[in-house]
Amino acid sequence: MENIINNAICVRGLNKTYSNGFQALEDINLQVKCGEIFALLGPNGAGKTTLISIICGIANSSSGHVEVFGHDNITDYRIARSHIGLVPQELTTDAFETVWNSVKFSRGLFGKAPSPAYIETLLKRLSLWDKKDSQIRTLSGGMKRRVMIAKALSHEPDILFLDEPSSGVDVELRKSMWQQVRELQETGVSIILTTHYIAEAEEMANRIGIINKGKLILVEEKESLMKKLGSKKLLISLYRSLAEIPKPLLKFNLQLADKGNVLVFSYDPSKEDNAISDLLDHLKKNSIKYKDIDTQQNSLEEIFVQLVNA
Amino acid sequence: MINYYGILAIYNFEMARAIRTIGQTVASPVISTALYFVVFGSAIGNRIGDIDNIHYGAFIVPGLIMLAVLGQSIANASFGIYSPRYTGTIYEILSAPLSSLEITIGYVGAAATKSIIIGVIVLITAGFFVPIEIRHPLWMIFFLIMTSLTFSLLGFIIGIWIDGFDKLHTIPLLVIAPLTFLGGSFYSISMLPKFWQKVSLLNPVVYLVSGFRWSFYESADVSPIVSIIMIMVFLVTCMAIVAWIFKTGYRLKK
Repeated sequence: MENIINNAICVRGLNKTYSNGFQALEDINLQVKCGEIFALLGPNGAGKTTLISIICGIANSSSGHVEVFGHDNITDYRIARSHIGLVPQELTTDAFETVWNSVKFSRGLFGKAPSPAYIETLLKRLSLWDKKDSQIRTLSGGMKRRVMIAKALSHEPDILFLDEPSSGVDVELRKSMWQQVRELQETGVSIILTTHYIAEAEEMANRIGIINKGKLILVEEKESLMKKLGSKKLLISLYRSLAEIPKPLLKFNLQLADKGNVLVFSYDPSKEDNAISDLLDHLKKNSIKYKDIDTQQNSLEEIFVQLVNA
Repeated sequence: MINYYGILAIYNFEMARAIRTIGQTVASPVISTALYFVVFGSAIGNRIGDIDNIHYGAFIVPGLIMLAVLGQSIANASFGIYSPRYTGTIYEILSAPLSSLEITIGYVGAAATKSIIIGVIVLITAGFFVPIEIRHPLWMIFFLIMTSLTFSLLGFIIGIWIDGFDKLHTIPLLVIAPLTFLGGSFYSISMLPKFWQKVSLLNPVVYLVSGFRWSFYESADVSPIVSIIMIMVFLVTCMAIVAWIFKTGYRLKK
């Protein structure tokens, strides 16, 4: 019961091995909470789309279970699937169909009675209303992406999967899409976003899962992940540039940057004794004057690279 | 709990495609039927004479209808399911809360409807060339519907099985067309040598054409009971194959 209330999706022991022996997913265990934006990060071929495809019923798993709001996606597939909307990575649409008919078709597939009023609201929200009678083939790539979102939302799902939503999308559309995703989250929709753009996850997600070579390496709150793994850098701008690190400062593992004008000290902000004051004392003792001090947080990209390469 | 809206969405979507191309949908069978009558009915038919006391022009009408219905059933159903596989839009069907039976009803129902309409158009067109008599109209409708359904199911299977647009045309061309032409559409198999009569009985189309012709003129190459049994056997076989496809996800799910 707790699972039904707290988790939109619950994946247990999921494995996928293709007929050629390639293992695309290995023992995936994952819970996606109701109403959160969950970003699944991973390089190309990590297994992100395979995982989504199995949850949505497009691909078969080799073993394991998927539950959507407590409903098994195989034995209770009707209820499980009715909760889910999927925006696939590829722009796959019926080129000769109009926007209106295509969205209406998607709503019908999910067993919903026709609702012209809802589709009108949806198309207006996605700035597609004036294109409702246009054939999809006449639309730009960005517009087609919006049509895909409209189709996925046509049956008013509680969970929305966005598989690489930013691929082939310009900056302006990306920002407006992110805004729409946030608005959806405010209405209680859980959003699962797969991406290999770190900035997207950093900007949008509440929690982040990192998948690589079919294995889910970690799942963590974005903030705590960055706190836990994101070491900080102390940047000390010097009055006079240094050719090398003075011997008394070697124990701090400092680095020189900007042609010797900046001393860089990496430290763990979660530790109380992080040696910053000790370092500043040493600078004073050795008559190394500084004019400015700044700090820099590791980006999610650096964390991601660390984890994937580990 | 049946997903009626889902079935209707697929059915309407498929029918809309035929309506978009209504001109060629209607014109094609009308023109080809007219050509068959010009060539076989008038030019060649007058030299052949009556078969089973039926004028040759009238004799070929049930065969012509079957020819159109078989071809259209396979073409419509195979294209209907292959097209979303090819474009990738099949993801939407597979991720929807639809059972395999509901998906099949949507696609096969639409393909069968279209081929029945084409069959009726051919019948009406033939009526302009020869007097047509239908002695068992209910059985005629039964054969028409069962044949459309069975061959739409076969087309559906072909559409799932093939892996390229070229095969969408070559399978019907290399397999279905010969079976149809050798299935007694334009002749009675009793006109063939004994050996070839026996070989013809291996051709499923013989039973369809024979049963259908019986419903028109009470003239048949095989007993209508046998025709009905054979149609049911083909139908059940196709349904079993479709059920297996959905159970295993063959060519649909990775």
